[in-house]
Amino acid sequence: MSTVATVPEGTVHPYALSHLDSLESEAVHIFREVAGEFERPVILFSGGKDSILMLHLALKAFAPAPVPFTLLHVDTGHNFPEVLEYRDRTVAEHGLRLHVASVQEYIDAGKLRERPDGTRNPLQTVPLTEAIQQHRFDAVFGGGRRDEEKARAKERVFSLRDEFSQWDPRRQRPELWQLYNGRHAPGEHVRVFPISNWTELDVWQYIEREGIELPGIYFAHEREVFNRSGMWLTAGDWGGPKEHEKVETRQVRYRTVGDMSCTGAVDSDATTLDDVITEIAASRLTERGATRADDKMSEAAMEDRKREGYF
Amino acid sequence: MTASVQPAEQSAATTLLRFATAGSVDDGKSTLVGRLLHDSKSVLTDQLEAVALASTNRGQEAPDLALLTDGLRAEREQGITIDVAYRYFATPRRRFILADTPGHVQYTRNMVTGASTAELAVVLVDARNGVVEQTRRHAAVAALLRVPHVVLAVNKMDLVEYAEPVFAAIAEEFTAYAASLGVPEITAIPISALAGDNVVEPSAHMDWYGGPTVLEHLETVPVSHDLTECHARFPVQYVIRPQTAEHPDYRGYAGQIAAGVFRVGETVSVLPSGRTTTIEGIDALGESVGVAWAPQSVTIRLADDIDVSRGDLLAPADDAPAVTQDVEATVCHVADRPLAVGQRVLLKHTTRTVKAIVKDIPSRLTLDDLSQHPAPGQLVANDIGRVVVRTAEPLALDAYAASRRTGSFLLIDPADGTTLTAGMAGASFAAVTAGAAEAAGTAADDAEWDF
Repeated sequence: MSTVATVPEGTVHPYALSHLDSLESEAVHIFREVAGEFERPVILFSGGKDSILMLHLALKAFAPAPVPFTLLHVDTGHNFPEVLEYRDRTVAEHGLRLHVASVQEYIDAGKLRERPDGTRNPLQTVPLTEAIQQHRFDAVFGGGRRDEEKARAKERVFSLRDEFSQWDPRRQRPELWQLYNGRHAPGEHVRVFPISNWTELDVWQYIEREGIELPGIYFAHEREVFNRSGMWLTAGDWGGPKEHEKVETRQVRYRTVGDMSCTGAVDSDATTLDDVITEIAASRLTERGATRADDKMSEAAMEDRKREGYF
Repeated sequence: MTASVQPAEQSAATTLLRFATAGSVDDGKSTLVGRLLHDSKSVLTDQLEAVALASTNRGQEAPDLALLTDGLRAEREQGITIDVAYRYFATPRRRFILADTPGHVQYTRNMVTGASTAELAVVLVDARNGVVEQTRRHAAVAALLRVPHVVLAVNKMDLVEYAEPVFAAIAEEFTAYAASLGVPEITAIPISALAGDNVVEPSAHMDWYGGPTVLEHLETVPVSHDLTECHARFPVQYVIRPQTAEHPDYRGYAGQIAAGVFRVGETVSVLPSGRTTTIEGIDALGESVGVAWAPQSVTIRLADDIDVSRGDLLAPADDAPAVTQDVEATVCHVADRPLAVGQRVLLKHTTRTVKAIVKDIPSRLTLDDLSQHPAPGQLVANDIGRVVVRTAEPLALDAYAASRRTGSFLLIDPADGTTLTAGMAGASFAAVTAGAAEAAGTAADDAEWDF
């Protein structure tokens, strides 16, 4: 081993930051950059843990002033009632303004057609894109993380979208240092991912550290579910179970929260944050692998949806 | 063989290391990255199954771990890595963010991007080939970007009978070269990524090596240093003024400390105006603190009601950077369209974006051998060169050598916002220390060359 100008290994300096503090500081910096450079930013807020984390970070970034952004929820019409209740309570508690883009309204108006498999996740793209155009949002915060999915691993923190919200992975701006380039033409917007560098475990550790409240479905509870393609889905008006699918009561929790038609529950007895963290650290499956039917469609399912303007 | 790595034990108080890898597939980079991810249990069953299935579909016999990182359709179809891929893994001691940069396509642009935020760079060489052009190029990028720690991983030691002299010769040549470029710390490790020697577990074949494995080194290399020796810098991002009944008079300057330490009671200058005032309070995301340091995001309150806004820089009154409109820098051109003398651009530095004009491009540099090409007229994608820029407004700019965060900037095309060029203010390579110059021999002549 050849070493020049040796620094003693493992030396602890007084000015160290924990990994959670580093990630928090980075996310806050990103929120403030957007507040400083954009006119009409909006946070995509689904009531899922990643968007709850984003909102918590935004509240901290601008305290004691209010968050200078509104919220946008793309409601598939198949959302978990517990999550919608949480969403509305959170909005009221912090005095926020919420826009809702409704997939159901698009279907009712004949502008979107229900898919044969009943999954509404891919249908969110059009209402999302039109809401962005209608409200002239120029920065749209998403809770996407690079560890979630291999197409997301190539995503920038500031990701330019054209007027059709399309993502072109081969024409992304190189992102250097902490210099985020948010320049865009009228009609274009920038998707911003402040928690790009967080892993699922980081999110849970931070939620525990900060004492952030989550919807109850993230913790183990008894639920009537049925099995479809190896995933436990909740019975409901959205179109399940079919005749041959047997409903049973199991102790489950959700690792991700999305559209009921394609978000699976996992068998779990993790009733507390501590239990959840232990369970995730020991899990041999990624959260999307375990719980998202839409990502199993093909090797490039996420990339294709992202290109079309998906989150 | 992975018994020592248990993510379940990871505590919330571990530190974070950002590092970059450089090397080509031929050097075994994918194997090394795959092994680090796999042996730290960061690759999960469904990902491995997906890789195995995709490999089979391509007619490959063994799972191709490169498919883990090559996320885009075009990458998988062409079997190449197009873009920097960020990978995440953890051990009980530390969380890691790995910027995995491709060896071949757009190598300079991607490695510069990966290295810009890295505190450590792993440079891979094949023990059979030793230090080659590409190795020198990687060392030069790490030196240019001032990556504080460089690891030379001498791979495929199994193919040279684990022979110490082979390793020692490569380590000596590389260390001399990198030190001559000003790389402050170099650690050479003999490994076999394929056989697992010295990646996570110590090798049973190289008793002569007494140093750490790659993972041990990644876990223990210092991520913080004595910040009191740094020039304290605070670019103002945003002014927080609630104007509510509860906080009618609160006025705070939000930002991320770019370098050094700030304390309540300290006298600071506001740049570029040059006015001075005192820090009255520091709010660190929910609590008032007496001291804060890089890279914390904080809100600073000042004693005097003076004009401060986004784009201004706070610095200790007795250690403020000079303010200038003339910028000389080393740049890496990252756009597909060229940068030419006379071009009008935007220059983005910390939280300030100003109009600028490219006055001169005195030279272009070949990274392979550090040869210079005077007056190239323009820079094209992946070129490294010197530029002279005149800005429309004054900037509080540090030399990149003194402060990576406040010495770096982007040049942006004002027409469509394209990021054109990544710039580092000041001289290219660090001054050569007497000892390193001696060790480096003739290579030192290149380093002193001012292009």
